[in-house]
Amino acid sequence: MSDVVEKTLTALPSLLSLDSQSGSTKLSSTSKLGNLIRGITELTSKHEEEKLIQRELVSIKEQVSSPNTSMRQMKELMVRAIYCEMLGYEASFSYIHAIKLAQQGTALEKRVGYLAVSLFLNESHELLLLLVNTVLKDLQSTNLIEVCMALTVVSQMFPKDMIPAILPLVEEKLNHPKEIIRRKAVLALYKFYLIAPNQVQHIHNKFRKALCDKDPGVMTASLHIYLQMIQENPEGYKDLTASFVTILKQVVGGKLPMDFNYHSVPAPWLQIQLLRILAFLGKNDQSTSEIMYEVLDESLRRAEINHNITYAILYECVKCIYTIHPKSELLEKAAKCIGNFVLSSKINLKYLGLKALTYVVQQDPKLALQHQMTIIECLDHPDLIIKRETLELLFRITNAQNVTVIVEKMLDFLHVNKDDYTTINLVGKVAELAEKYAPDNEWFIETMSTVFSVGGDVMQPDIPNSFLKLLSEGFDSVEEDRKLRLFAVDSYVSLLQGEPGKLPQRFLQVISWVLGEYSNLREELEAATVLRLLAKLLDMKSTSSETKSWVLMAMTKLCDGGAGVSVAREVCETYGSSLDTVLRQRAQELQHLSQDCELRARVLPRDASLEPLEVDSSLSFLDGFVSEALAAGAAPYKPPHQRQEELAQEKALSLQPYGLSLPISMSSCSIADRQSPTLLSVSSGLSGDSPDLSHKGSSTTLKLDGVKRVWGREGYLAQKELVEESVHVEVPSPLRSPSQQGEADGLHSQTPTPVSSPQPEQEKQQLASSLFVGLGSQSSVCLMGKSESTTQRFRRKAKGPVSSSGASEQISNSLVSTPSTANNLLCNNLLDATITSDLAASSLEQTSEPSQVPAAANGTCDVELPDSDMKESSPSLIRDNAVVAADPALHEDPDKLKDLCLSSHLPAEFSGLSHSEITPLCTNQSLDISACHLQKEDSLALVVFMYNSSDSDIQQILLELNSIELEVACVCDSPVQEVKSDSVAVCWYSLTVKRPSVHVEVVGVVSYQFPAGTPQSAQFSYKLPLTSFIRPLTVSTEEYGAMWLDFSHDTKQKLTLISDGQEPLTDSLNVLKKKLQLHVVEIIGMEGIVACRLVRDQPCLMHCRLHAGTLSVWLRSPVPDLPDCLMYHCQRALQEH
Amino acid sequence: MIKFLLMVNRQGQTRLSRFYQPVELSRRTTLEADVVRCCLSRKKEQCSFVEYKDFKLVYRQYAALYIVAGVTDNENELSVFELLHNFVEVLDKYFSRVSELDIMFNVDRVHILLDEMIQNGHVVETNKGRVLAPLTALDKMADG
Repeated sequence: MSDVVEKTLTALPSLLSLDSQSGSTKLSSTSKLGNLIRGITELTSKHEEEKLIQRELVSIKEQVSSPNTSMRQMKELMVRAIYCEMLGYEASFSYIHAIKLAQQGTALEKRVGYLAVSLFLNESHELLLLLVNTVLKDLQSTNLIEVCMALTVVSQMFPKDMIPAILPLVEEKLNHPKEIIRRKAVLALYKFYLIAPNQVQHIHNKFRKALCDKDPGVMTASLHIYLQMIQENPEGYKDLTASFVTILKQVVGGKLPMDFNYHSVPAPWLQIQLLRILAFLGKNDQSTSEIMYEVLDESLRRAEINHNITYAILYECVKCIYTIHPKSELLEKAAKCIGNFVLSSKINLKYLGLKALTYVVQQDPKLALQHQMTIIECLDHPDLIIKRETLELLFRITNAQNVTVIVEKMLDFLHVNKDDYTTINLVGKVAELAEKYAPDNEWFIETMSTVFSVGGDVMQPDIPNSFLKLLSEGFDSVEEDRKLRLFAVDSYVSLLQGEPGKLPQRFLQVISWVLGEYSNLREELEAATVLRLLAKLLDMKSTSSETKSWVLMAMTKLCDGGAGVSVAREVCETYGSSLDTVLRQRAQELQHLSQDCELRARVLPRDASLEPLEVDSSLSFLDGFVSEALAAGAAPYKPPHQRQEELAQEKALSLQPYGLSLPISMSSCSIADRQSPTLLSVSSGLSGDSPDLSHKGSSTTLKLDGVKRVWGREGYLAQKELVEESVHVEVPSPLRSPSQQGEADGLHSQTPTPVSSPQPEQEKQQLASSLFVGLGSQSSVCLMGKSESTTQRFRRKAKGPVSSSGASEQISNSLVSTPSTANNLLCNNLLDATITSDLAASSLEQTSEPSQVPAAANGTCDVELPDSDMKESSPSLIRDNAVVAADPALHEDPDKLKDLCLSSHLPAEFSGLSHSEITPLCTNQSLDISACHLQKEDSLALVVFMYNSSDSDIQQILLELNSIELEVACVCDSPVQEVKSDSVAVCWYSLTVKRPSVHVEVVGVVSYQFPAGTPQSAQFSYKLPLTSFIRPLTVSTEEYGAMWLDFSHDTKQKLTLISDGQEPLTDSLNVLKKKLQLHVVEIIGMEGIVACRLVRDQPCLMHCRLHAGTLSVWLRSPVPDLPDCLMYHCQRALQEH
Repeated sequence: MIKFLLMVNRQGQTRLSRFYQPVELSRRTTLEADVVRCCLSRKKEQCSFVEYKDFKLVYRQYAALYIVAGVTDNENELSVFELLHNFVEVLDKYFSRVSELDIMFNVDRVHILLDEMIQNGHVVETNKGRVLAPLTALDKMADG
């Protein structure tokens, strides 16, 4: 132990010296805290620590509750308690005393009290409420230091519900003469914005004032709020772009006071913050981007000091340049800048350079070519972190031509990697690449085998699931399917003949399933041989009982008479009496079915997997059960990702081992189910743009046999073929055409490309040529690298070989050969064109077909609007299943006359639009409240009618609308304050969706008063389906492709197809279009893409594919929950058709 | 954003910990031990950024003391790396040549300084004078 002290002493000369200045000497080393600290430094074992701290806790507890403890002593006690908690020992008894200290202490004591509170409590702790009064008092204090403390703690944590209590005081501080108070007030408001954005909605103009504050510190603080707001809604703040640019220009130009410098660089963190804001503002917006080109150029130029922090700014700058609308001159400079990073000898810079490159190649894959030699070097870097980052980069530039080399590199890394999390992540990526780009069957099966053996039991469960699904669903060519399955069988049989004990359980399960399902394809392979191999697995000690049940299931499928029966009998004897009930059941099934051939043929018919199994994916048969449970008070269902998200919000730092993310037990599938167990829809837990499971089924990626393998790991394979492949002609390869490439990229001269190079160098170049193949061609085909690659992928899924020209040919063929589809497309487009400008008459007629209103799934008392109630004068798209939550009794007198009378009060600005039925919401003896809604382009207008049925005037009316899911904005010129006797007052509101939900609800409270009387109030609620907020989104297929990859929230489901017509896909999409106002972007063969937006502008994309008589729908959106909600409505729309 | 900031010595003893996202007390010690193991296993010439589960660690070593920040993937690692140094410079200025024992004996003050610089996982102040001002004022009040 003395060793430790000695080290500390040598490292830190000022240690414990008595003349040490500042406040530190206040604590003599003989104090209780000193004792504790000395005790801690002398610890030698965990056990001693525990003893010491427990003793300490007892002593703190004693003193803390003694009435004689002074505030000064209390402060020391709190610091000791902080120590105990820091070492992981709970001191919850001291929490209340921390609050007391904050309340009663002065100066530093008070500050330590606040500090202890912020360290001990989390934001949802109930004791926090006790702090509100103290904060309130301190905010009003004349002592600035106390005000500061209060604002500091408020900006760290504050109970959400109590914000209104202190908000006026905090707002007031925005005008304080002292900058520090203004700055802290802005930070407090930032905190409020984070935890309750609507509470501070009304003071957005004050944020602007803070942005223009003369003090740079206050301005900097306001940027936190702006970054957050702009991230959420860039459109709303475009007008501020010029201001941010000016600020950045001033900072870069050194106009700030010197004390903001860090190592002679002016306010670096402020620069970084501004660059992040600019990136959000300029994304996909040319005119806004143009405003910032100049300052970005200057930032790049000014950053000449060779210091880490300069590079941190440059990194942010490069990211910004590649995010906003591109300008070639800037891109060139940024690319050069990245070169400085990756070529740097400083490892931290190299790392950041790779990270920047990873980001940048997504926009422009060509850039990877410029740095290929550096990338190759990084791939062999001794630091695993650098290696890992390089693989991440390679993953982004993988294509069908370099996939084998890149996957090999990844697998190499996996073999040395020890960290579970990295393994899970990387294994998922390998599986994704293998499924997307596999050049041939052998490679695919072998790669997946490696994935299963390396990924073992830690990998995401949907990797084996989707693999099996792929095998079982097959592709378009029966022969190809057979070959793939055969190859899998052969390779697995030889694996089992080797050392199956070393294989992970998951892999054994996959093997069992494949052998059970397909080993009969190999005719020379006897069932008995396979059975014996499988039985061997049962005997291994390491085999888990879940795997055993998979094995038994496979055996049941295989065991059809002959020699197999005896093997089966043996197994049954062992497991027929197993304590594991599942195993016992499987064994019994095996026994019975192996003896009764007829029964077996019926239960497990051969080739049954070719027939689709009818699955009620909506589980509608459970509806009754669900509504009963809900009525009994059960919590409504939340989809898994939403649950996980909520969980993540609760405890953002999950320290649990990364286990299975979805609790789907593979053994839970029944034996009678010859299909793969993966029919359960498992949402992909892989990285954002992993392909859909159901898409993999028919994706043609594996059918690349027709395509020549031009590039292998040795580089170029045969020159002749290359010439034939016109797409590949421009592939730059340092080996072949250094001169050509020199033209393609200016920076290339930096990378060494000697013609005759020594052996190791040559190897590297060969590796380079195989890694970076295909990148040049892609970028030469289309400058919009990203969108091109996505549309290409989409097309490939549809049908056709790899070459993009071939794919587009295919598409045009399919369009020509099916004229009806083409007509439909044409027709759709026409409709779409009119639908936005005016409600087209033809579509109106279509929508007026009676459709049932869905009963809401949550047990509230919902009333369906009878069809006859609809206003005949205006049959419209608005008839969108409005569900009104109101007293059912009210509904019995839908007085048409009153309705008509009320509708005459509709504001003039809505005259052109048709409105929904006017629904009574709440009635008492004096006031009748009704409402209707109208669909506008960018919002939904809610019109509230207040009819005064009494004899006297109603005064002081205050109408407030609130909603959890919606943003409600009043658009009346002046709020209604009084309603004369027997007349109507109208208020209207603009609604937009804040948080998508299947149904949304607006709750209103109206308080009013008669001239002589007590105040009264009434409550009402108005419920709408989410579909009222859906509008068509007109995009082109290319735009769609580009957007698709950006969206992170998705959901997939199989829906019922409308199959009574000639064109089931078109029919189904038309129904969706009619009922939900979606925009059909394009229909190509078996696939269709559809787009819509949630008002105001939150896009949601839909991809539909015909598959085995169902419609597989995949929804994606940047908005959480939106895909789930929309899926619900799609399902309803199709079911009700 | 920054998820947490730790000060740990080479023996793996925590000298300061601040979490910007809630973590249960019982899990903190395991996390801290893990983080220390991660950083100690790195050599001098290796990169100062380490992947840890789904986020990253940025660390700096000062004599026997490691300062480690856990950051999300979208954070600029190099800027956090420098932020840690800025923090140490602030401490150095306040304690005039800071030592591990200064930090131990004044854990409250170190926290107060840190609160001025990082809030809710974001950098809120980096101007040294302004970071130090509130604490020096408090010290003066206590003296006077």
